[in-house]
Amino acid sequence: MNVFKIATLGTATAVLMGTTAMADGHACAITDGRVNIVGNEFPAIQSVAAAALACASGVDAEANLTADHQKINLAGMSGNPAEYTSAVVANSSIVALINEDVVRPLDDLVAMYGADIPSHQLITIDGQVMAVAFMANAQHLVYRSDVLAQVGMDVPTSYEGVLEAAEAIRAAGIMDNPVGGAYAAGWNLAEEFVNMYLGTGGDFFETGTANVSINNEDGVEALEMMKALTAYMNPDYLTHDSNATSSEWEAGNVALMNMWGSRTGVLMDDEGAEMAVYSNTVAGGPLTVGDSGNAASSLWWDGWTVAKNISDESAAATFQAMAYATSPALLNDETMSQAVWLMNGFEAQPVNEGVLATVAAGASPYPMLPFMGLLHTAAGDNIADFLQGNESAEQALADIEAAYTAAATEQGFLQ
Amino acid sequence: MKHSTFFWFVLPSAFLMLLFIALPVASVVTQSMYTAHEQVLVTVENCGPFGCKPVTSIDQEATKALNADKPLGKWAGLDIYKDRNHLAFSEVGSAWVNADGLPDFGKTLMNLPFYKAMAFTLTYTFIVTPLTIIFGFFIAVAVNSVAKALKGPTIFLTLLPFIVTPLVGSLIIFWMVDARGILGTGLQWLANNPDLSVKASTPLMWIMLMFYGIWHAAPFAFVVFYAGLQTVNSESLEAAMIDGANRWERIRYVVIPHLFPLVTFVALIQLMDNFRVFEPIVSFSAQAHATSLSYAIFNDLGGETRLLSSAAATSVLTIIGIAILLSPVLIRTYRDFSKPS
Repeated sequence: MNVFKIATLGTATAVLMGTTAMADGHACAITDGRVNIVGNEFPAIQSVAAAALACASGVDAEANLTADHQKINLAGMSGNPAEYTSAVVANSSIVALINEDVVRPLDDLVAMYGADIPSHQLITIDGQVMAVAFMANAQHLVYRSDVLAQVGMDVPTSYEGVLEAAEAIRAAGIMDNPVGGAYAAGWNLAEEFVNMYLGTGGDFFETGTANVSINNEDGVEALEMMKALTAYMNPDYLTHDSNATSSEWEAGNVALMNMWGSRTGVLMDDEGAEMAVYSNTVAGGPLTVGDSGNAASSLWWDGWTVAKNISDESAAATFQAMAYATSPALLNDETMSQAVWLMNGFEAQPVNEGVLATVAAGASPYPMLPFMGLLHTAAGDNIADFLQGNESAEQALADIEAAYTAAATEQGFLQ
Repeated sequence: MKHSTFFWFVLPSAFLMLLFIALPVASVVTQSMYTAHEQVLVTVENCGPFGCKPVTSIDQEATKALNADKPLGKWAGLDIYKDRNHLAFSEVGSAWVNADGLPDFGKTLMNLPFYKAMAFTLTYTFIVTPLTIIFGFFIAVAVNSVAKALKGPTIFLTLLPFIVTPLVGSLIIFWMVDARGILGTGLQWLANNPDLSVKASTPLMWIMLMFYGIWHAAPFAFVVFYAGLQTVNSESLEAAMIDGANRWERIRYVVIPHLFPLVTFVALIQLMDNFRVFEPIVSFSAQAHATSLSYAIFNDLGGETRLLSSAAATSVLTIIGIAILLSPVLIRTYRDFSKPS
C-alpha cells in the first residue's frame, strides 16, 4: 500500500531527491487574493494551518479550526463568493462538499503550481483532482504496557483478547473500567460501529446501489462486541467523545482503547499525565473481531480542497499557501510526530506505528459514497438504545436501516 | 381613530412582521414539501493514498440540469411529514395492528424518533413550566420580605442562573454531576452506591435536565412576580389582616388573585421556551437518553449530509406543537379581554 511504502521509503526518497526544489519552489510570493481555511482541530491540522497562514502573510489570511467544522464548511462555501477558500476535509466529509458541488477541480492549479506534489497525495475522482491529501489516519489499539505486564497478558490483537485482558485487569483490582473508547452517542459511536462492522467483513450497501444491508449476522456480531466492551467501560461512555476518552486515558483510568492515530501523540507526551501513564502508553496495531481476520478499523486521509465560488486569484493564493503548508517544508522535529504525513521526507515515529500497522494490515478505507454520511448519522442515533439494553441488536439494526432509508429517500438516493 | 391613521400607524410593524415572521415560516413550509431530485449516480474511479477503487458518485452535470429545471427540488407534498423520521403514519399504523397490548404499542412508538422526542419534550414542558412558576412565586414572596438593605444584592444573586448562558450553565452542571464531580460524588454518597452515574441512567438524566430547566428559568418567573408584588394594594392586605387572615391566607386570597394575569404571561413564555428545549441536551451530551424536536432539527442540519427538508418538516411540526400547547392559554386570555366589564 502506498502509505506504507512512503513511511519506509520516505527518508530515502527525501535524501535522493532533496526537498529543496519543493520548499523553495513556493517562495510564498502570494500578492493577490484571499485565504480562509476551515477545518478540524487537532495538532497536525493546526500545524498545517499555521504554515499556510505564514505563507500567505502577504494577503488577507485567516483560519477557523473547530471540531464543529462539518457543521459550517458547507454553509461557508455555498455563498458566492464563498467565505472559506479552503476546507480541510477527510475522506468522509469531502463527499458532502462534492455532493453539493462547492469544491473546485484542481487540475489547472496542480499544473501551474503543484508540479512537485507526488501523485499519491492527489485525490482524483473520475480523473479530476478534487483534493490534496497530506496525512493518513486510522483508529488502532492503544495500551498500557505496565498494566498488561502486571497481569501477565500479551498485547491483544483482537477484541476478544481485549475483553480477556480487561477481565484480568479488573479481577486483579488494578482498574474498575480498564477499557476506553469514543462511544459518545452520535458521530463517534457510529464510527466505532463502522469500524467493527468492517472488521466482521460485512458490506454496508447492496453492491452498486444505495440500498442499505446491515441487518445481518455481521451487524449483530459487531453490535454484540460493542456491548461486551461497554461492560468494561466507564458507565458514562455514551457521553465520552475522543477528547473525553483521551482525558480518561491521561488520568490513568484506562489501560486499553481503540483510538485515533492522530491523538496518540498527545497521550504519549509528558503533558497532562503522570510519568507512569505516558511512558507506558504504546500504540499497538488494529484489532480484529471474530474469526474474519479483517482489521476492525477504517483508513482515513485528511486533505485540503479549494472552494469553487471564489475568484481565480484567491484560488491560486489558497492553492499555493496550502501546497506549501503540506510540502516537506512543514516537517521538523516538532511536527514529525503529529501525524502519518504523506509528504516525501516523513520519518515514522513510535506514535505513528499504530496507523502504519493498520495500513499494513490491509484495513479498508472509510467508504467514500455519497450516501454514507446518512447511514453514519442513522447509526449514531440508534445504537445507544441497544447498548443500554432497551432493545435487541436486530431491532437496533432495523431502526438504523429504517432511519437511513427515510433520509436517503428524502435526498433522492432511493425511490 | 380614523381608519387611515390606524393603517399608517400599524404599517411599519405589519411590514416587519411579514418580512421577519410570515415569510420565513412560508419558506420553511415550502421547503418541507420538496425533496432533493432523484440523484443521478455514476460509477467513477476514485484514487488516493490507499489506492484506486471504483465508487458510486453523483453525476454533477445531470444533477445541475435537474436543479436548473426545478430549483426547489421534487414536489413531495406531505411525504416527509409521513415518513419514519417524522410522524411515521405507516409504522404507527402497523404497530397499532400488530401490538400485543398497549404497553407493547407504547414501546414501538418510543422507538420512533418523533414520538421519542415528543415524549421527553412534553414531559419536560409539563413538569418544568408549573415548577418554574411555583418556585418563581415563592422566591418572589421571600425576596419581597427581605430587609431593604439586602434586597439589591439578593435580587442580583437570584437572577444569576438566568444571566448565565444556557450552554455554559448546563456545561458547569454537567461536570458537577460527573461521577467524579462534587454533585456526582455527593449523590453516590447519599444513595450509598459507588456505581451511581447520572449520565448513564435515562431517568436520572431526565431529572437532571428538568432540574436544570427549573434552575435556569425560575429567576425569570421570580422577576415578573416580584414586579407584580410591588403593585399589590396594601390596603387590601391590611384589611385581610384585620379580618384575621394569616400570612398564607393573605397570599392565597389577596396576592395570588392579583398576580394571576402574570401567571398566564409567564406560563405562555415558559410553555414556548420549554417546548423547544435544546441547549441542555447538547451540553449534557444527553442525546442517547433524551431528544427534543429542536435537537432533531439540529441533528438533521449538523450531519455530513444536511437534511434540509427533514429539518423544515420538524420545524413546522414544532410550530404546530406550540400552537396547540398555547391554545388553551390564548383562548382563556381572549375570553378575559372580551368579557363585558
